[in-house]
Amino acid sequence: MSDLTKLTLAAARDALKKKEITSSELTGAYLKEMADAGALNAYVTTTADKAQEMAKISDAKLQKGEGGALEGIPLGIKDLFCTKDVPTSAGSHILEGFVPPYESTVTANLWRDGAVMLGKLNNDEFAMGSSNETSFYGPVVNPWRRKGSDARLVPGGSSGGSSAAVAAKLCLGATATDTGGSIRQPAAFTGTVGLKPTYGRCSRWGIVAFASSLDQAGPIARDVRDAAILLGSMAGHDEKDTTSVDRPVPDYEAALGQGIKGLSVGIPKEYRVEGMPKEIDDLWTRGIEWLKAAGATVKEVSLPHTKYALPTYYIVAPAECSSNLARYDGVRYGLRVEGRDITDMYEKTRAEGFGAEVRRRVLMGTYVLSAGYYDAYYLKAQKVRTLIARDFAEAYSEVDVLLTPTAPSAAFAIGEKSNDPLSMYLNDVFTVTVNLAGLPGISVPAGLSAEGLPLGLQLIGRTFDEETLLRAAYAIEQAAGFTAEPEVWWRA
Amino acid sequence: MSVDQKTVRHIARLARIAVRDDELEALARELNGILDWVEQLGEVDATDVEPMTSAVAMAMKMREDVVTGTNLQKEVTRNAPGAEDGFYVVPKVVE
Repeated sequence: MSDLTKLTLAAARDALKKKEITSSELTGAYLKEMADAGALNAYVTTTADKAQEMAKISDAKLQKGEGGALEGIPLGIKDLFCTKDVPTSAGSHILEGFVPPYESTVTANLWRDGAVMLGKLNNDEFAMGSSNETSFYGPVVNPWRRKGSDARLVPGGSSGGSSAAVAAKLCLGATATDTGGSIRQPAAFTGTVGLKPTYGRCSRWGIVAFASSLDQAGPIARDVRDAAILLGSMAGHDEKDTTSVDRPVPDYEAALGQGIKGLSVGIPKEYRVEGMPKEIDDLWTRGIEWLKAAGATVKEVSLPHTKYALPTYYIVAPAECSSNLARYDGVRYGLRVEGRDITDMYEKTRAEGFGAEVRRRVLMGTYVLSAGYYDAYYLKAQKVRTLIARDFAEAYSEVDVLLTPTAPSAAFAIGEKSNDPLSMYLNDVFTVTVNLAGLPGISVPAGLSAEGLPLGLQLIGRTFDEETLLRAAYAIEQAAGFTAEPEVWWRA
Repeated sequence: MSVDQKTVRHIARLARIAVRDDELEALARELNGILDWVEQLGEVDATDVEPMTSAVAMAMKMREDVVTGTNLQKEVTRNAPGAEDGFYVVPKVVE
């Protein structure tokens, strides 16, 4: 691994500004690492020419002492973000060959600030999955392995390409999306930082829709500072997304230095779930001690409807996805399978174009929205969602931020859970509540399992209070001193 | 509430996804597995609770009803599996 790729985003930014390195050198170093990392299957598209061209433009600006907040910084983009004239697949066969004639707002914001696009990152098909195994382009492999084993592990999902690429230093940072934990759980599985902002903080325009009331874009990064810098560019109001919020984007990086003296941290007792591995419980306890040592006060809080979050999610998300995915009809873009008549064409196209998990969720969503069942399922779930959001609101009358584990286990092996949808869904038990309530959450690497795999702690903040969230995350990061890296086995 | 094979066929039709006869049993089993699990929401009394309609409380934004993008026919149809002269081509719908 070249020394250039060892720099964090913040360090690379500073070195670029001081003209100690050039974006062309940095981008070249990443393109080389990417070319040698085919075994990870993290990228589905490499945009080498575009990257070099963007780097050259950045270098010209940097040379003159100009440029934006991310000038010359090479990034990977989850293949769920539409990128103008660059194929965008959402990990699905049904979008094969789709080349968007427009750019998503979040990626447009990154390019506005000078970032360089390295390529598009693999993900679970339409972001439906927790292991990146549902992608039409095959599973992403976690750069991390268990001690003394060469079993291939999942990088988490759905943003598995993003998490693997950041962990393996195949980009300086990556965009990702989170509908039920798809930023935070993969970050926890790969020893990276994953930040899911408040619903509405980043525009959803140009991001392939899964469940519109839950989807939110955010960064996966090497550390908390890098995540703060990336969010600052990704966030902002967008007239093209009515749910995007018109409020100023604070200087997130500046928040990090403020410390957490006097901060009140809540520990939700319902997150101590049955069967949770002892090492995760121990990590949680250590996290509590770290925050106390940094000057925070810690108290137990109750979120009584926690156990209903996953069942609620598995009504709301499939219902919304069945509506959103109605657009894939073999007429306007992507795959078409010819049929006897137009209905036959729709049915054959969608049968061939959707994978098993997507089909399962579309059918589930169609059922819960169908005549006679709407009130029993969807309406009931939306009511329970109100109760879940209310639990959080009550907790935040007493505390500023919540601390929980990110996932109930470390990364598991490819194939271990793929035949059991329910056990796969349980991966999101600690993350999904945050999406249902629209809150911001972040996963920070905090230690290693007995098998040598990274484990993450999650912090959950108040609506639009990413600054406090990042401050607390920074305190955890400082105390944890997580410096472990995966051994490089994937290089061709 | 339990889903039988006939219901699976019906919802697959509504969802416009072709399903082979030999897939129906497994699909019914999977869907019932998930439905049995979500049944636990029945324990929650939510009688007087308003359904959540927005993750973050905000007023609906309005904008002027004006055309903002024009002459995009080529871009819009560029990705179509069947397109001619800026139109989508589909199998005959009306006899």
